[in-house]
Amino acid sequence: MVNKATEIKSMTIERPLSKGSFLKAVAAVVWKDLRAEFRSRELFSAMLVFSLLIILIFNFALELDVRTRQSVTAGVLWSTFAFAGTLGLNRSMAIEKDRGCLDGLLLAPVDRSAIYFGKVISNLAFMLIVEIIVLPVYSILYNVNLFQPGLLLVILLGSIGYAGVGTLLSAMSVQTRTRDILLPILLFPVVIPVLLAAVKASSGFLTGAEMSEILLPINLLIAYDIIFIAVAFMVFDSVVEE
Amino acid sequence: MQPKPLTLRILDIVSILVLGIATYMALNAPTERVMGEVQKVFYFHIGTAWTALIGFILAGVLSVVYLITKDLKWDRLQVASIEVSLVFFLITILLGSIWARPAWNTWWTWDPRLTTAAVTELIYVAYFMLRQGIDDPDRRARFGAVYALVGALSAPITFFAIRLFRTIHPVVIGGTNPEADGGFSMTADMRIAFFFALFAFSIIFIDLFWNRIRLGDLQDRVEQLKLKVTM
Repeated sequence: MVNKATEIKSMTIERPLSKGSFLKAVAAVVWKDLRAEFRSRELFSAMLVFSLLIILIFNFALELDVRTRQSVTAGVLWSTFAFAGTLGLNRSMAIEKDRGCLDGLLLAPVDRSAIYFGKVISNLAFMLIVEIIVLPVYSILYNVNLFQPGLLLVILLGSIGYAGVGTLLSAMSVQTRTRDILLPILLFPVVIPVLLAAVKASSGFLTGAEMSEILLPINLLIAYDIIFIAVAFMVFDSVVEE
Repeated sequence: MQPKPLTLRILDIVSILVLGIATYMALNAPTERVMGEVQKVFYFHIGTAWTALIGFILAGVLSVVYLITKDLKWDRLQVASIEVSLVFFLITILLGSIWARPAWNTWWTWDPRLTTAAVTELIYVAYFMLRQGIDDPDRRARFGAVYALVGALSAPITFFAIRLFRTIHPVVIGGTNPEADGGFSMTADMRIAFFFALFAFSIIFIDLFWNRIRLGDLQDRVEQLKLKVTM
């Protein structure tokens, strides 16, 4: 706590408007989250165990035998990432809210969007770390080769969109009375384009479809990421304003 | 308690009248050759769909207006338009299902339009769940505006995303899709009934919208009076 406070303080002595200090503020938020997580490991371990459990459940629910595996792998993976993602997003904002840390962050004389980008990057980092562990585990358990550069790119793009919208919505949902249950209800209907395009692109790579077929959903993912991060950047002020 | 404005009273009566006339015209329009009677659902299906979509677009625009001006008046307009549109869109989906059963031989199919319609309904149901969890009116309005904006941007993207797959939904006006099933061309009488239904539902929408705004204003005043009493 003390470290964090001094860090933020030292950030803001400089002029808050220059580009360098904006990036430094973003980096400070990311660093704070990663370090807190590195010490407690509660978020990461919860997300990881939860993901593995979901994969286990899908095994029984879908009877993942060799024939069905090819066609449903992309869907199973993305459902897992989506569910584990909400768990992480909810927790990462709830921690801020619980002990008044969010107020402390907001008091820092930096652009509010720096806080948004910092949270997006740290949430994205947690998601990616979990995904990096889930992928080989899934590969081994179901004997599917998931290490294709194209698939990894799709996972990165999809996770960016998911974390971008999710961070904005989780900042809202933690400030409501029904904060424990609201995030997935808010997030899933608006994030459907990401899941849809990601599943289509991933299964394209896994089944070795033509590149022209895969390019369309990838373009869609990129467009979604840009549009929604731009919107979140513009409206984040109204979400955290007191 | 303010009395209801005279224009609104007249509009109430007019909307009941046009609903009756639209029903009469739809029932008396020529019966479609292939689909038969069930095609008559189409007049109200498009009528409610069109007004609901206008309402959702309006809500998206009002989000931006509210976030810039921070005037609660726009928030009340937004709630009114989303609430009325939500009901109209539900009617659209139900009527569409009734039509789809004989025409496509199924109540529901995961076609782009149908899926987008379902997702859109869920977005705006979530919108009301979000609002319900917040007590402070300013924060409720801000969060509502942000979520309605995100929803209004995401729904069309969902539509185009699912369009990557095929569609079987017929496009009656403008554009033909050779894979669409259940399309038809309208005769002059059908056209009149169709455009009258559009007109009628626009009137009904405006009437309900206005009533809902008035209700929102009254709710607001009650809240303020309650605060005054407790202070």
